[in-house]
Amino acid sequence: MSVATYDIDLKEKIVRAFEQTPDRKNVQRTEAMRYFQMLGLPGSKTEEYRFAPITRALEKNFNFELIHPIESKIKSIDQFLIPDLEANLIVFINGVYSSAHSKIISPESEIKISDLRKAVNQNEAPVYFEKYLKTSVDPFMALNSALWQDGVFIQVPAKTKVKKPVIVLHISDAEKEQSIAHTRLLVVLENDSELTLIEKSASTGENNIFHTFAEEIVVKEKASLDYVKIQNDEGKLHQVANSMIHQSSSSKLNTFTLTLNGSLIRNNFNIAIDGENCESHFYGLYLLNGNTLADNHTVVDHLKPNSFSNELYKGVMDGNSKGVFNGKIFVRPHAQKTNAFQSNRNILLTDTATVNTKPQLEIWADDVKCSHGCTSGQLDDEALFYLRSRGISLNEAKAMLLYAFAIETLEPIKNPVLKIYLDSLISKRLNKF
Amino acid sequence: MLSVKNLKAKIGEKQILNGIDLQVNAGEVHAIMGPNGSGKSTLASVLAGREDYEVTEGEVQFEGKNLLELEPNERACEGIFLAFQYPVEIPGVSTVNFMKTALNKIREYRGQPSLDAVAFLQLMKEKMKLVEIDQSLLSRSLNEGFSGGEKKRNEIFQMAMLEPKLAILDETDSGLDIDALRIVANGVNKLRSKNNATIVVTHYQRLLEYIVPDYVHVLYKGKIVKSGGKELALELEAKGYDWIKNELALA
Repeated sequence: MSVATYDIDLKEKIVRAFEQTPDRKNVQRTEAMRYFQMLGLPGSKTEEYRFAPITRALEKNFNFELIHPIESKIKSIDQFLIPDLEANLIVFINGVYSSAHSKIISPESEIKISDLRKAVNQNEAPVYFEKYLKTSVDPFMALNSALWQDGVFIQVPAKTKVKKPVIVLHISDAEKEQSIAHTRLLVVLENDSELTLIEKSASTGENNIFHTFAEEIVVKEKASLDYVKIQNDEGKLHQVANSMIHQSSSSKLNTFTLTLNGSLIRNNFNIAIDGENCESHFYGLYLLNGNTLADNHTVVDHLKPNSFSNELYKGVMDGNSKGVFNGKIFVRPHAQKTNAFQSNRNILLTDTATVNTKPQLEIWADDVKCSHGCTSGQLDDEALFYLRSRGISLNEAKAMLLYAFAIETLEPIKNPVLKIYLDSLISKRLNKF
Repeated sequence: MLSVKNLKAKIGEKQILNGIDLQVNAGEVHAIMGPNGSGKSTLASVLAGREDYEVTEGEVQFEGKNLLELEPNERACEGIFLAFQYPVEIPGVSTVNFMKTALNKIREYRGQPSLDAVAFLQLMKEKMKLVEIDQSLLSRSLNEGFSGGEKKRNEIFQMAMLEPKLAILDETDSGLDIDALRIVANGVNKLRSKNNATIVVTHYQRLLEYIVPDYVHVLYKGKIVKSGGKELALELEAKGYDWIKNELALA
């Protein structure tokens, strides 16, 4: 069977590549590689990756024998930034931290940002590193744990509000050849602290890009995190991102994941609500066209009682695009009085666009309020006619309805400049001006 | 202004309009009455350009233009307004923003400059009074969670904003209590002028006590079977639609 053949070939190539890196002697990385070999690359029968044929894409489009770091000649990164947003900037180019382009403007009393490679061997980072995000559960997580090139460790001290957001920018330079990169993030918000974290991918060039990303975010008691992920890379990006956000008691979390472009985007987004009186708003929006495939696999795990989570993912699929949503909610036996809500709504604009949506609730506690719902449909003809009958053209009416559908997901965003930027991306995609 | 000749239309395989003739001039109010299923709402929808219906025969001229060739939005820009029997709820779009977009589209079509925010707000305040509608309602999502009366008042508010040449009120009285009916009718009456015309589609005579028509037409089985002055509405109310049906059966 061809499925098995390429799996073995590609896996072997990746293992061999690892064995040529200086990191091969690192115990954690070697163990991660062993997990990767054990888990193997997902085939078309692998349930968790059924709709995301990432292995096939890797086999077809990438040469894993080339392991030398790909040098970049990118001079200016202005085009990738968020206009008018004053923020701390952490830049990776082809997986390598760029001190030339990174810029920290917040004082060290507010935020400590350090090299993760060094930090994992020092005092604090090892306490959290790979603590909540397990290397053994996902092949791309294992792959990232073995191969990550660079990363940062962000610490926000107790009772501190970081006034300026932090942007983590992953740039792939695929001008001359393919770009393969693996990056990593570890963030710890100490008690009663506050942070806005923005992640963005961007690229130049026409060659293929493969990027794995792994992040662990620890939100301690009464801390508050606003998290925004912007996937608007118009290059041939194949990205697998593994995220784990761990919440302690009375912490607040707002997340927003916006996916607009890319060849194949897979987000494994996990939230562990490991405390009481937590509040989590967990939003996503994918507006796809062309041949883009975006797969959001989310997990909300209620481990303790008396917390609230609300998940809302919406999608609009145009062209030949494919949307995938899989949302798991776990409510553990002790997590009584949990309120957990999930909703996934989709609009298909063409006959060739598809969406696969699957909610999964597993509830072991008996005194909880949980609900989930998913819908897929077309634009409402009656609403379109209503708008048209008032002088608005068909295209404008469509844009108006889609915008109204999509924009609800921006609700959790508090930073006004960021909100305007996101709004402009959404408006542009939906042809609403 | 509007000239309908031998208009036939169907939905799917079902023929609904079987040859309508209707002439509406500026300054006139026409009432279209008829029993359920006679094709009243279909006529209103076909004039506004609803695409569910297929026009199979006949012609419709509006101010010298072939109306049937125009998109629904072009018809609106030409000056046709349909007040919906069931106004659609549109979450996420506020009436204010919607009206601003619509009004400026129509102004653009007519070669007029866009209204700025101040001028728009001023116009809106003026028109709000006409239908006694509250601004807080207009800031909310279009018709979402509105009562039946609020929805109908919103329709007349939109009509006041867009100042159509020909307004078609499709069963505007349905679902209204007597107070709301009076407010809505009052709004319509204030908008009447010698330059515009109104078609009132209704099942009951009740609305016509408030909006007094110049002409009354009775629609039955997709045809206008009787036309007359406003007294025809009273006669219908007294004798019921069976009177028309029997008269036709005898003929």
